[in-house]
Amino acid sequence: MKKNVRIVINGTEHRAEVEPRLLLVHFLRENCALTGTHIGCETSLCGACTVLLDGMAVKSCTVLAVQADGRSVTTIEGLAQSENLHPIQEAFWEEHGLQCGYCTPGMILCAHDLLQQSASPTEQEIRDGIAGNLCRCTGYQHIVNAVKSASRKLNQRQRAAARAAD
Amino acid sequence: MASNGKTNGKAKGNGQWVGKKFKRKEDPRLVRGISHYTDDIKVPRLAYCVFVRSPHAHARIVSIDTEAARNHPGVLAVVTAADLEGLGMIPCAMQMPDLKIPSHPALAKERVRYLGEPVVAVVAEDAYAARDAAELVVVEYEALPVVLDMEKALEKESSLIYPEFGTNKAFTHAMKSGDIDAAYKKADRVVKIRLLNQRVAPTAMEPRSIVAEYLPGENRLTIWASTQIPHLLKTQVAIMVCLPETAVRVIAPEVGGGFGSKLNVYAEDGVVPWLAMKLGRPVKWTETRRESLMVTIHGRDTINYLELALKKDGTILGLRAKILADMGAYHQLLTPLIPQLTALMLPGCYKIPAFDCEIIGVFTNKMSTDAYRGAGRPEAAYDIERLMDCAARELNQDPAKFRSKNFPQPKEFPFTTAAGLLYDSANYQQSLKRALQLAGYDKLREKQKAAWKQGRYFGIGVSTYVEICAIGPSAATPAGGWESGTVRIEPTGKVTVLTGASPHGQGQETTFAQLVADQFGITPDDVTVIHGDTLAVPYGIGTFGSRGTAVGGTAIYFAVQKLKTKIAALAAHLLSAKPVDIVIANGRVGLKGNSKKSMSWGELVLAAYTARNIPPGFEPGMEATHFFEPSNFTFPFGTHVAAVEVDAETGETKIEKYVAVDDCGNVINPLLVDGQVQGGIAQGLSQALYEELVYNEDGQLLTGSLMDYALPKAAHIPEFILDRTVTPTPVNPMGVKGVGEAGTIASTPCIVNAVCDALAPLGITNIDMPLKPERVWRAITAAQANIPVAAQLTSKPGARSSRRPA
Repeated sequence: MKKNVRIVINGTEHRAEVEPRLLLVHFLRENCALTGTHIGCETSLCGACTVLLDGMAVKSCTVLAVQADGRSVTTIEGLAQSENLHPIQEAFWEEHGLQCGYCTPGMILCAHDLLQQSASPTEQEIRDGIAGNLCRCTGYQHIVNAVKSASRKLNQRQRAAARAAD
Repeated sequence: MASNGKTNGKAKGNGQWVGKKFKRKEDPRLVRGISHYTDDIKVPRLAYCVFVRSPHAHARIVSIDTEAARNHPGVLAVVTAADLEGLGMIPCAMQMPDLKIPSHPALAKERVRYLGEPVVAVVAEDAYAARDAAELVVVEYEALPVVLDMEKALEKESSLIYPEFGTNKAFTHAMKSGDIDAAYKKADRVVKIRLLNQRVAPTAMEPRSIVAEYLPGENRLTIWASTQIPHLLKTQVAIMVCLPETAVRVIAPEVGGGFGSKLNVYAEDGVVPWLAMKLGRPVKWTETRRESLMVTIHGRDTINYLELALKKDGTILGLRAKILADMGAYHQLLTPLIPQLTALMLPGCYKIPAFDCEIIGVFTNKMSTDAYRGAGRPEAAYDIERLMDCAARELNQDPAKFRSKNFPQPKEFPFTTAAGLLYDSANYQQSLKRALQLAGYDKLREKQKAAWKQGRYFGIGVSTYVEICAIGPSAATPAGGWESGTVRIEPTGKVTVLTGASPHGQGQETTFAQLVADQFGITPDDVTVIHGDTLAVPYGIGTFGSRGTAVGGTAIYFAVQKLKTKIAALAAHLLSAKPVDIVIANGRVGLKGNSKKSMSWGELVLAAYTARNIPPGFEPGMEATHFFEPSNFTFPFGTHVAAVEVDAETGETKIEKYVAVDDCGNVINPLLVDGQVQGGIAQGLSQALYEELVYNEDGQLLTGSLMDYALPKAAHIPEFILDRTVTPTPVNPMGVKGVGEAGTIASTPCIVNAVCDALAPLGITNIDMPLKPERVWRAITAAQANIPVAAQLTSKPGARSSRRPA
């Protein structure tokens, strides 16, 4: 029996009638044509499909579309503000934090969650914090460098915002 | 000291852009998630394919019942081998005198010979329906004896995978030079070791995927595929589906990593296009991760018997090797080639007067092995570098000094090796010296002495590797080793580059733009690199074997030179000068030493297209293609040093320091070279410590998911200290050698050497990979039971090990 869902994705509401077993990742990719969310294992082990569900990183291959009903999802396509890359995206670019790019959307959204929880993580905290996301190309060093750089960028931005508010 | 993955060494830049850390041109679309991999491709009326695969490693197919599946809602077709009329066999590109090549149908006929072999293809309106229907297919099997162990497979009483061959031996191949018997007679000592190089999975993060669409009116089969070799795939698919090659177009969109696994032509690459043609519907198949671990080619899986004949002063007299290489059940594209590369590179970076190597390829009931990052060379480096460490220990010599003693001198290059290769250029001494210095080798040895006194197991591993890259001269490759490059200066002055070296994460869109920008005095942003579409790009070979820059880049370099000649001719005509006096720089074309006599890049290019004022015989337009045939391979080299501590209580290995000094010749983009080295080290290190594909005695894969197959996470990988030496190659004009596989080749023996060095006081000379805590702990416990505690702790660093009683 199909179910109706209403999911806000990157600020836009999507309504659909879906099979209860439909995975969120398939809903995003097939129903909404948001293919930036990649599928690497379908078993929540690789993290390529990571998205933000109400701001928290989840693996969209182990969330059902019906579980996201009435909630808000941010995918990689929704992270940049129009022309400008998000500071985490910028940092991945500058630090060469990606090669084939397949793990990158999930890695960036995982880093987003990590930096929300801890604004200035240590190297070890970063390595532990991205443990749910696998990368086969980089050996992780440049990803760790990118997360560090993103942390600096976001902190600077926050300080500037605070100064402006004063 | 260099750290945090940053490089200390100065790369030699020879231009404004070459040699610079230039941010990648491909990244903005990738970090935004708005680029397209094959599974992202959608075309109207797309249908979805799922394969029913063998649950047995070896069985006779008794019957196949597809009726329930056919009747499932949304199902368009259910196809078995009997239906596949007109679909050819899966190709193997290798030819060798005694090579047995089994017939390899795309869907299993009568027998299945490995777990996961495709038996039935199901096509439906959507992927869920296809998976549901696949569950409804009933295949009855009669299990047959399973052949898994290579050594048992070669015994007379072994059951046969191909009774028609009368043996499980796929081939034998011998390589010899010098007088090995004389070497053994002269030798003071012969060091022997048996090494296992376990089966591993390449595990690109993007699983394989293929979309095929056939338009009968145009007679055009378009294939989107996650491949490293779009042109070779085009040719092979055309042969398999019996279309003229001109009717087939392959597009490799974004490719999410390959590591050799997508340098192949798989069963699905034949079945999916065939289905698209038969059904008149575009068809997509995307691998699941379980399928990827099971039926995308595997890497390594060799048993190595090695002997080194030595004088007591440490001079190597001879190397003898017998290598058993597991082919799996069938040959994929290059399966039998891989161990040949091992034999070729077995002498490593050492002077070895006599060499005797025998390789035996063996069929087993497993998935085929084939090229996995390094492809045969990591196995060679593992063999020789582990053997060098064992020999140094036997002779009571420092492993670094022992290596150095057997290096050829820089002035001896080009150097002919025991395997008959001509190494282009190297300075192994300088590389070793730099790595030992960066690692603080002497201090590490002191630290080791102190640790051993305290009963802690601290070890230092060294590996000095050389690899064979820029593959390669066509005479030495199965399907052509050249590469194509086309450079087109468009009427607006922007430059389009077409390369046959289709990348899958390496960043050729950036590095090739850098090299072209320098040549034309423009910026990399003015250059667009197109790849992966066989309709747009002249025939090419692909990206593998660390050949992208050294072969593909060189083809572009030569195409640029052709255009520079043309530009000079036109400019000379327009500026009333001689072509030899024309210089191209900073967006202008003009006369050397005369700033007044010049024109803008745009004006000059446009003049070639408007063609109203061109010299006699001048061909309008601005496009050149070059097919570069390399005269030799290149041989990058380097030294890696690791310091580890092994916890005797848990068997866990902690990497305290990792230093890599690599030499890939001149560097175009140091940022990208660092990325290649780091990723490579992580993969090699991971083979040493974590990864292993395990089949049980029935041929069932016990490591069929990422829960069981131990791919390293960020916390498993240490920071690397990187540096470079720069020894340009004379093989190509840019002096570039290749760097895609270096890290994977050097790191595996480096880590295992370090662990065995740490455990030297226990008399442990070898533990087979992966060095999982349990395996190490068992080795330590067994050794401790045999050696009095006092003796364990008094062993001197680098000293000959105390021997375990037999």
